[in-house]
Amino acid sequence: MLRNAWVIPALPVLSFVLILFFGRRLPGKGHELGLAAVGGALLLSVVALVQWVDLPADYEVPPPGEHAAADAAGAGEDHAEEGAAEEDGHADEEGAAAAEEEHADGAAPAASAGDEEGGDGAAAAAEEEHHAEPIRRPVAREVLWFSSGDVEIKAGTRMDGMAVILVFTVCLISFLVHVFSTNYMHDDRRYTHYFASLSLFTAGMLIMVTASNTLQLLFGWEMMGLCSFMLIGHWWEEKDNSDAALKAFFTTRTGDIGLLVGLSILFVTAGSTFDIAAINDAALAGDIGRTALVAAAAALLCAVVGKSAQFPLHTWLPDAMAGPTPVSALIHAATMVVAGVYLVARLYGVFWEAFDIGAGGINPVALVGGVTVLIAAALAFVQSDIKKVLAYSTVSQLGYMVMALGVGAWTAGLFHLFTHAMFKGLLFLGAGSVSHAVHSFDMKKGMGGLRPHMPITYRTFLIGSLALAGVFPLAGFWSKDEILLGASANGYQLFLVVGLIGAFMTAAYMTRCVYLTFFGEYRGHGHPHESPRAITGPLVVLAFLAVTAGLLNAPGIELFSEWTEGATTVAAGVEHHSFSVGMALLGSLMGFAGIGAGYAYYWRNLGPHRLTERSGAALSGYRILENKYWLDRLYSDMIVGGIKGPVARAAYWTNQRIIDGVVNAVGIGSRAVANFTYDVVDQKVVDGVVNGTGIGAEEGGSALSVLQTGRVQQYAAFLFGGVVLLGGALVLFA
Amino acid sequence: MYLNQFLFLAAFLFCVGVYGVLARKNGVLVLMSVELILNAVNVNLVAFGAFHDTVVGQVFALFVIAIAAAEVGVGLAIVLLIYRNKHSIDLTEVDLMKG
Repeated sequence: MLRNAWVIPALPVLSFVLILFFGRRLPGKGHELGLAAVGGALLLSVVALVQWVDLPADYEVPPPGEHAAADAAGAGEDHAEEGAAEEDGHADEEGAAAAEEEHADGAAPAASAGDEEGGDGAAAAAEEEHHAEPIRRPVAREVLWFSSGDVEIKAGTRMDGMAVILVFTVCLISFLVHVFSTNYMHDDRRYTHYFASLSLFTAGMLIMVTASNTLQLLFGWEMMGLCSFMLIGHWWEEKDNSDAALKAFFTTRTGDIGLLVGLSILFVTAGSTFDIAAINDAALAGDIGRTALVAAAAALLCAVVGKSAQFPLHTWLPDAMAGPTPVSALIHAATMVVAGVYLVARLYGVFWEAFDIGAGGINPVALVGGVTVLIAAALAFVQSDIKKVLAYSTVSQLGYMVMALGVGAWTAGLFHLFTHAMFKGLLFLGAGSVSHAVHSFDMKKGMGGLRPHMPITYRTFLIGSLALAGVFPLAGFWSKDEILLGASANGYQLFLVVGLIGAFMTAAYMTRCVYLTFFGEYRGHGHPHESPRAITGPLVVLAFLAVTAGLLNAPGIELFSEWTEGATTVAAGVEHHSFSVGMALLGSLMGFAGIGAGYAYYWRNLGPHRLTERSGAALSGYRILENKYWLDRLYSDMIVGGIKGPVARAAYWTNQRIIDGVVNAVGIGSRAVANFTYDVVDQKVVDGVVNGTGIGAEEGGSALSVLQTGRVQQYAAFLFGGVVLLGGALVLFA
Repeated sequence: MYLNQFLFLAAFLFCVGVYGVLARKNGVLVLMSVELILNAVNVNLVAFGAFHDTVVGQVFALFVIAIAAAEVGVGLAIVLLIYRNKHSIDLTEVDLMKG
């Protein structure tokens, strides 16, 4: 399956086409195709995951450069030996039961490295030198896509631990979202289209995740951009929705320019290759010039800021809530916004070298992430729309991931991505379930006191919130703890503090959200009821995962880091720090403090209530948050509407007072000149010529029209006459 | 082998063809005259080919024959349409393009 990984994205693409053409005629209006394709992809991704785990870790990472090699030798000796031994034995047992595909995969590292794996050629050649401890070899398979000059562009898949984990996550969330949607979107006008877009969305993410080269990555990236536009604007009859879709599209597009620029720079400087492994190697070995590398990384960071909704381009994400709720779950948990984080993790060699991530202190990636964590978390406090709370929470958590990658905690960032997908998917689907019952998203007007009415939704939502708040031993606890630990161990003390404050705020706003939704008096209309099984089923599955997913990298298990840490991280010498009790206690303390503060404020009615009415400072702080730091206004009024804004007025003033004076003087002077020119040059000379030409043409035309009799034979005679003249001239003069 | 006799034949055919094209009023005969001109060229091609002991002339003549067939097909179709519209194929009456 690892070698045939192209099948996984191909399935949803196929279902997209089939749903589009035949969806309407099917009894389920197309959802059965989507369910089957994504379900199939999920099964295959599980197979791929199992096979990846069974691969022997026998691949010695070649050193990209002297210094990196030294680092790599020291990195992570603790986990690979045991992993190798254990997995070897496991592979033997499985060998009999598994199909021949398994066999092919097992043989792939040794036998078929040469024939189709053009991209691995360089790596294989350099493999002679032995360094570091072995890891699993990425299973690559490429075919020639097209060639231009000497440059061969390949299309293919490269499956390594990160890709396998992400493929699994994407398929899982997507499948559950599909199941959820069959009920939630029931009776929708464009039900069939909805499922087609959902399939294509999933396919885009899968293509991007499995891509072996940056061109293909770009392809998947843009596919998602398109699909997010279609899905956010699914109910485009309302102007707000189509505006939100446009906003999402254009805002991410602003960043996408960075992606194009960055990838182009890397293509040129890394030796005319789009191959991701080759680019990472080149970056780590120092083959790319310092300036070019920094420029490329900065451009790519712009793309990440746009796609992963980092400050200051995060504004599209809360507006993207205009789409159907399952789509929000898919966008926020498994696809789209995660793409930016994935990009950093995938091209980590580039970022690592360009921004000296190993050095500590402050770097742009960590800074963007850290600022986003705090700013978005603060915004989550003032939202009354439950989906917007979750949206800002996502922005904040994405900030955590980017920050983790920025502080060199690669595994932690990826792990947080994984666990976050579980509990954020759960929370969004939970919000969808609530809104399904009360027909509103407003926590203050339409919800409250839903606990007895919706027991399953309440329990699963609570589990998701606790996981997000980082309560031991739920998923968020482990991944957040790793990020904090990475920040402190790699010399990024500032971001440790940011992370701790973020943890506190996360816990507090989730407590607020749970209180407003499920406790107190019911403030809506109608009778809330528990949702049907198609909705609660996915909730229960995700709740289970939100509890257990974190254990995958708990101390003593640490399977996640063993699976994912691949060639790039080992070569770069990224260190993975395992569990520390002190940090875990500190992180939990902040989480519980946040929950406690929320509890005291809402349940016990303690603390400064109505502060905004009494204190001007608090009110202005609230205003800032309520208006989202005026960033939307900044973009729409200052930048987009800049012509109408103050810039335009300043320009107008300058125009009236300064430029007009000059213009008037010039005008009077030029008028005199113009009068003279008009009378003499224009009227007499120019017009004479123009009129003369016209008259000449007219006269000549009427004279020549005599020749045009319309009779074919006369024309033929002219023709022959001409030929005779030319022939005569040829004979006489040549 | 004397080249002259062929060239004289071709020149004569060509002149007959030109006369036909310019002087005849019947559209079909004009087309036939065009064929004469083309065949005069063919005779020249084959003759020069034989004279220089090469097959190129004949090959080229074959191409000319093929194209001539296509041309006369189109030409006859036009004549047919003209006849349907005007019930005459007198080319002097066809002067819609008169300027």
